[in-house]
Order: sequence, then structure tokens, then C-alpha cells
Amino acid sequence: MRYIEPHGHMVSRTTDDYQAMALAGCAAICEPAFWAGFDRKSADGFYDYFCQLTQIEPRRAAKYGLPHYSWLCINPKESEDMALAADVLALIPEFLKAPTVLGIGEIGLNKNTRNELKVLEQHIALAVQYDQMILVHTPHLEDKRKGTRLIMDCLKANGVVKPERVIIDHVEEHTIHEVLDRGFWAGITLYPESKSTPVRAVDMIESVSAQRVWLNSACDWGHSDPLSVPKAAQEMRRRGHSAAAIDRLVYGNPVKFLSQSPRFKDPAAQA
Amino acid sequence: MSTPQPHPGAPARTREQVADLHFMDARYKLLDLAAFLDRLDRAAGGEDHRIRGLRAALPLLLEKDEGRVARILHLWSDPSVEPIAKADTKAASGVWPGLK
Repeated sequence: MRYIEPHGHMVSRTTDDYQAMALAGCAAICEPAFWAGFDRKSADGFYDYFCQLTQIEPRRAAKYGLPHYSWLCINPKESEDMALAADVLALIPEFLKAPTVLGIGEIGLNKNTRNELKVLEQHIALAVQYDQMILVHTPHLEDKRKGTRLIMDCLKANGVVKPERVIIDHVEEHTIHEVLDRGFWAGITLYPESKSTPVRAVDMIESVSAQRVWLNSACDWGHSDPLSVPKAAQEMRRRGHSAAAIDRLVYGNPVKFLSQSPRFKDPAAQA
Repeated sequence: MSTPQPHPGAPARTREQVADLHFMDARYKLLDLAAFLDRLDRAAGGEDHRIRGLRAALPLLLEKDEGRVARILHLWSDPSVEPIAKADTKAASGVWPGLK
């Protein structure tokens, strides 16, 4: 089996995870910028983080034969500080020149505040200015439905963003249909407790046209599983899905979306 | 029992096949939930919005139509539509605190 891990926070994982993912059939990893578990005090911290994402992590992944790509932003949890956000946004254009950067992400909302929304608008404008794809983080738990709608309204209000170049991640049963109906891609995040389990993800896949859906582990420093995508594939096999249908979901779909960036190379075409 | 409504993207399967695959998983989760409610009974103090939300969701499990997960998630969701002025926490609790 082959698959793409389109959303993994590998800076917080050990090399053992790279090894396990490669052994499980992972062919490429994409890493959006995210919250480190604490608020960084200045843009210098983000400068170092962006260096890590664009220089250090690709080298670490390459030791396991894995291409590594990244997305850049200041995440919504640190967007409440508008001055910090402005400083970080000013850093991003320099790093967009890096050959493995795919776009702006994971941007979005956390607690659905006015400042978060303003910084989201600024990120979207930056993506438009530099013709970048967008990867969206939607809020957690009880804040998800409201935040997902605010984010989609914000993207539509921009007027220029093409929904087929945006993936709205962390969808669940109460948001996936609206996301797909409005023309965006939908990401299902597989977590042991919050978000979706592999079993629920396959239920969702069976209930929608899965042409614009990907699965991801969003593995990070918290309770998460870097092998959750192949585990969802295993669940599909148990239920009688064909090998072609599984490959289309866990490999073909992410390749289709990510290939909208000229930076992304289909691993199968490189073999 | 509701009339079967298979999804177009799902391979055909019987309820027995679904039970063979997932019954034990559902069984232990139901027992875990029961044990959690028992544990609450043994504890002191009142119940906060999370527990109220969990209890409010339990009847939805017994509804006949498909879509129980989405209905529970909608029940627990913040129903407001405007952004808030400022967050007092970074975390979410799992249930909208205003749920009655």
C-alpha cells in the first residue's frame, strides 16, 4: 500500500515515526505550521521555526526516503496578538521562495474571535498576492461548526480565492457536507479522541462523494497517531473496499490536490 | 428497526457483517460510558455543562434515523454566528457552555 501523509507536525515527532511511516507505505509528508504548545514571544521564534520547516525537516525526512513539504503561517492560537501576527506575516514571503513550500497554512480560527478573523483575512490576502494554495485549520469541538462557517464566508468574501485550491481540514460529520457543497476540499483528521477516528472517517467517506476528500493524522506533540491513515485504509479493506478505491483516497486524492502547486512532485512519477 | 439505506460509496453488507466487524468495539465503548456515569454518581458536587451535554445526547442514540453523530455534534455546537470580542481560553471543552 502507498499513501500520502498530507498533514503531519513532524517537528514534534521522533525519527522512529518517520521510519514507521515509511515502512507503512508513506510516500510523502506535508507539514503545516502550527502552535508549538506555547505562545512564542516574538517573530524571531517563527523565523527559526520556518527555517526548521523548510530546511531541517526535509533533510530529516530524506533519511527515510520521504519527500517533505511545508505550509507557512502564524496559527490561529497565536493570532490574538495582532502586532506579533503582523511581524510574522511580514516574514512569510521570504520563505515562500523555498522549493518545498506548498502554500499558506494551517490558517483559520481557534476561538472564533475578531482578531483571529482579521489575521485570517490577512493570510488569505497574502495567499492571493503570492498565488498560493491554502490549508485551513477549523476550530475544535463546540467551536467547529461556527468557525467553519465563518472561515468559508471569509474565503468567499475575498472574491478571488478558488475553492478548489483550498482544503478545509478537521471536518467532522456536522461540517463535511457544507464544506464540500461550497466547493472546497475537505480533510478528515484521524485522532484517537477528538476529531475523527479511522472508523468514523470511513463512515463519512461512504456517505459522500470522496473526490475532494483526504485523510490525515495531524500527528503532533499531543495524543495522536502518525499511522492513522494506513489504519483507516485497513478499516476500508475490512469493509470490502477495493484496493483501487483505497489508493484513490489515501494517495490519488492528496496528489491531485497538492499537484496544484508546481512545487509538489507525485512520488510515483519520481520513481 | 429502520429500512436499510446503503450509501452509494459503500460496499453492500448485511447487519450481521457489520456486527461481526464492530459489535465488540461498540460493546466496550457502551460499557465504558456506563462506568463513567457510575463514577459520576459516586463523586461529590454538581454537574457542569459537559456532563449536562452528554446526558442530553443520550436520547439521540435511540433515534431511528441515520445521522446520530451529526445530530449530537450539532447539539453540542455553539449556535452563535458572530465572532466574539476576545477569547478567555485557548481550549474548547467539548460542549457549548450555554447548552440547557
